[in-house]
Amino acid sequence: MHIYYMEDIYTETILDHYQHPHHYGKISNPTVKVNGDNPLCGDKISLDLIIKKGVVEDVGFTGAGCAISQAAISLLADEIQGKKISNLKKLKPQKMYGLLHIPISPGRVKCALLGFTALQKALKTLQK
Amino acid sequence: MKNIKNDFHILKRKINGKSLVYLDNASTSQKPKAVLNALQKFYTTSNANIHRGIHTLSEEATEQYEGVRKKVAKFINAKNEEEIIFTKNCTEAINCACVSWGKTNINKGDEIIVSALEHHANLVPWQELAKEKGAILKIIPLTKDYLLDLKAYKSLLSKKTKLVCVTAQSNVTGTIVPVKKITAMAHAVGAKVLVDGAQIVGHSKVNVRYIDCDFFAFSAHKMLGPTGVGVLYVKRTLMDDMTPHMYGGDMVETVQQKSATYRAGPWKFEAGTPNIADVIAFGSAISYLEKIGMAAIAAHDRELLAYAKNVFSKYPAIKLFSPSRIQDAGSVLSFTVKGVHPHDVATILNEEGVAIRSGLHCAEPLINRLGVSATARISFYLYNTKKDVDVAEKALKKVLKIFKV
Repeated sequence: MHIYYMEDIYTETILDHYQHPHHYGKISNPTVKVNGDNPLCGDKISLDLIIKKGVVEDVGFTGAGCAISQAAISLLADEIQGKKISNLKKLKPQKMYGLLHIPISPGRVKCALLGFTALQKALKTLQK
Repeated sequence: MKNIKNDFHILKRKINGKSLVYLDNASTSQKPKAVLNALQKFYTTSNANIHRGIHTLSEEATEQYEGVRKKVAKFINAKNEEEIIFTKNCTEAINCACVSWGKTNINKGDEIIVSALEHHANLVPWQELAKEKGAILKIIPLTKDYLLDLKAYKSLLSKKTKLVCVTAQSNVTGTIVPVKKITAMAHAVGAKVLVDGAQIVGHSKVNVRYIDCDFFAFSAHKMLGPTGVGVLYVKRTLMDDMTPHMYGGDMVETVQQKSATYRAGPWKFEAGTPNIADVIAFGSAISYLEKIGMAAIAAHDRELLAYAKNVFSKYPAIKLFSPSRIQDAGSVLSFTVKGVHPHDVATILNEEGVAIRSGLHCAEPLINRLGVSATARISFYLYNTKKDVDVAEKALKKVLKIFKV
């Protein structure tokens, strides 16, 4: 049985990214724009990317959600800024868990991966 | 309401090392020993299929199963057991009305009215029926006090209105809906009325003949009974014009190779082996509730709601979504904490052993109307105490501290 303590989940990093998210806001004329949602909790996000020469030049997101989902997107945005699309395609959920660095219970998997899933959608859209 | 907790084994559980405080009763209630014993007793002494055996066990099982039908009829004051259809849950009960009555009685251009308070179970079936038939779906809006706007409702009613579907109590705001008045207004224009009673049965006395509604749906599991049992009350006069929503064994009268005739009454709608054991255990849940008394339970619910509203109102960061007058709401209280997502509220409360629901509560259009993306919700039942509210308050203080609200 896993027992999670609040200090383990609501770490300073998580709370800081939740209350002061990085890359928050819309970007004008994005190369790709996708929406992500989690019908269970009502979280809805929008992710904008500007891609130049196969590299993420700028990233922005809007929306609202729980501390885990919002911190995850903020951390992910930091991570993908300046990265090559070809590298992003290799990203696994494990990377997202690593960035969050907190225990994720089964009920929170969708929250943790909300931004990650939106990014996958964006990459698929780019491919078309 | 003293010592009631002792009848519920599960309430002795520890969650994260803390005593469980179960405040998610609007989702499902816990089950008393009497209900668990009834299940065990049936399977160990009388288990057999119903309506078809000559042997002793089958006769016993049939008698017990049909006995609960009579008990349910009495509990909600139906005319008799022929007005009680067993389904697997409240959702199936509403779908049964939608398919069995709606498909033959709703036509192109007809209007169906639902309220803004509806759970998806009493909204989506009507959306689909309207789409299929070319009927029009109309919505009764809310007042600023989370009540149904009856003036607006009156203006929606016309000769085109064929059906009004409304909850008796919201599972989000707790709003108690004046279903008797709504029914009378619908009947005045010749429309039928379906009431979703999932949140109210088992919390206060329900009298379907006083309401005079045509259909009344509810679930056993929200009123101390097992999961897997729902009820659709239908006025007996309407039943003969309804077509079965499922076909198969037990619901037939005679079967020829290429055609069949069907039984009359509720049995026409119960194809196949029903949930015999759980229906029988549901009978024990009703006995348990009757022993305590519906008036006492309703008063207890109200007292806890008033207490919780009073406690939560002390915190400026907490916003309540509840009618201002205490008598306008049942035992449900939705709230948000400024700057904290309801999921995070629920996670931190769970850490303190407090089980609450967070999210959309299967009522997405209503949550949108409230102007939020989700809410946290506590909901009471007979075994809850003021101390439970105090534990929840203590946990909420922790939420405020962690998020520095």
